[in-house]
Amino acid sequence: MRTFLFYLTLALVLTPFLFVFAYMVTTSLKSPLDITSPDFKVLFTPTLDNYRKVFAENEFLRFGINSAVIATGSTAIALLLGAPAAYAIAHRHMPLFAVAILSSRITPGITFLIPWFIIFSRLGWVDTYRSLILAHLLINLPLAIWMLISYFEDVSPELIDAARVDGATSQRTFWSIVLPLTRGGIAATAILAFIFSWNNFMFSVVLALNTTKTLPVAVFNFMSYGNLEWGPITAAATIMTLPVVVLALLVQKQIVNGLSVRIDV
Amino acid sequence: MSIVKSEPLNTREALTERLGAWVDRHLPAVFLSPTVAFLILMMAFPIVFTLWLAFQNWIGGIAPAEFVGLENFRQLIFEDPRFWDALGHTFSFTALAVGAQVVIGVGVAHLLHREFVGRGIARSVFLLPMIATPVAVALVWRLMFQPDLGILNDILASLGFAGLDWTASQASVIPALALVDTWEWTSFIALIVLAGLSALPEWPYEAALVDGANGWQTFWHVTLPMVRPVIIVAAVFRLIEALKTFDLILVVTGGGPGFASETMNVYAYRLGFQYQRLGYSAALLIVFFLIILGITALLLRFRKTSS
Repeated sequence: MRTFLFYLTLALVLTPFLFVFAYMVTTSLKSPLDITSPDFKVLFTPTLDNYRKVFAENEFLRFGINSAVIATGSTAIALLLGAPAAYAIAHRHMPLFAVAILSSRITPGITFLIPWFIIFSRLGWVDTYRSLILAHLLINLPLAIWMLISYFEDVSPELIDAARVDGATSQRTFWSIVLPLTRGGIAATAILAFIFSWNNFMFSVVLALNTTKTLPVAVFNFMSYGNLEWGPITAAATIMTLPVVVLALLVQKQIVNGLSVRIDV
Repeated sequence: MSIVKSEPLNTREALTERLGAWVDRHLPAVFLSPTVAFLILMMAFPIVFTLWLAFQNWIGGIAPAEFVGLENFRQLIFEDPRFWDALGHTFSFTALAVGAQVVIGVGVAHLLHREFVGRGIARSVFLLPMIATPVAVALVWRLMFQPDLGILNDILASLGFAGLDWTASQASVIPALALVDTWEWTSFIALIVLAGLSALPEWPYEAALVDGANGWQTFWHVTLPMVRPVIIVAAVFRLIEALKTFDLILVVTGGGPGFASETMNVYAYRLGFQYQRLGYSAALLIVFFLIILGITALLLRFRKTSS
């Protein structure tokens, strides 16, 4: 009886979380008539028309490619700059960096966006991949450093000392010993950085115009043109969410760590 | 160049070796400098620029900026009711959302803190709302909130209740938005607290058992005081993010109806990018930043004195 009550409570708690996703997917499979019908239709004939419409009436694929390019670019650079930086910080107390990482989380994003927009406009960089990748790096670089520090700290100092005794330089130790040992953590960091960039809306809605528009901005724009067609909107939302859900299931354990940041500096 | 002349045969090797030794000696500096350069250009400089901007009158960014001293701050505080409204909306949204998340999150953590079949699957389900693209989540809730079309009122009707206005009325728009935020972020608190619960020692529970405490007493007097520091840290993370909520509000209501759900971040965005009042927007952002910093510092102090 206790077990039954427990599973009943669990089911009740889980239902609202799953329900929203179920509602999104089922609405995306409904015809316009089924969506606007005054009573909610539990049973309906599924159709892929909404998905066809999303790809036929928009350059949806191009928005998807934009999202992927920007997310991949900012993730790659975040690891390239962040891994050496994290290695230099790990095992050392560097409060200045802790403060920098914390400030990037506390400061409202618009504070950065206004100067960036002015500067990027002068440089003619608005609506280019490079401005968006730079902007997304502000999220991804602190995230990468923050996560990688904890993985690098897990590598035993004895191993690093042993390499030094054998005559390896610090950079050699980093490249040949530390990086291979922390492959799993680096992969998890990359996946989380990719998700954060893919999901970003605020930076992209200001800096991306027509050429570099990302999926969240494109889907938001579908809606602001006034004509609310919920079928295609939910279809687009489903397509946009699917890759991050799949990626997130790969790195479940690291997600909470990635979303937190050390605040007790 | 003198090295090249004196060792013509293996200059390359010698140079590589010297460079290697130099990098080895200065490793932290070499490894940190690209990141430091990025942080100065993309973070420190924009912050300094915003500080400068806050004392200028600069509209549109084309005509030259004009120094106005504290005028922007004076207008903001004494002549702009929309600023005070935005501050109120930000606070009430944050208080409702984070309050609900802490209470439900701790409950869920307590529920999950035991061995059961399907624990892994339950954990995965809880992760989904946090990582799903916020714009997608917000769009689905926007549809669910529609008074006629949306499913929430259909559910209420099937249970025999009257439909609600949700985001359509000024009175209920903030609670409705807080509901979405709670849906999205309760799991964050739950999973952090769950990790905290797993790290607790066994003996206080044995002592409570000996003293004949019931389940609720044990939770209230034993578990809660021990996980309190973890709960406060998790709540502070959420608080910082909730104060800055942007995607959710812009997509679900756009700050409406009227300005009834316009928060500080949304107002700053409007000022900067729609009205192009760059200096005024910068002043608001500085005030907003100080508020976030103050609240964070206050709560962390509270954690230090309590633990």
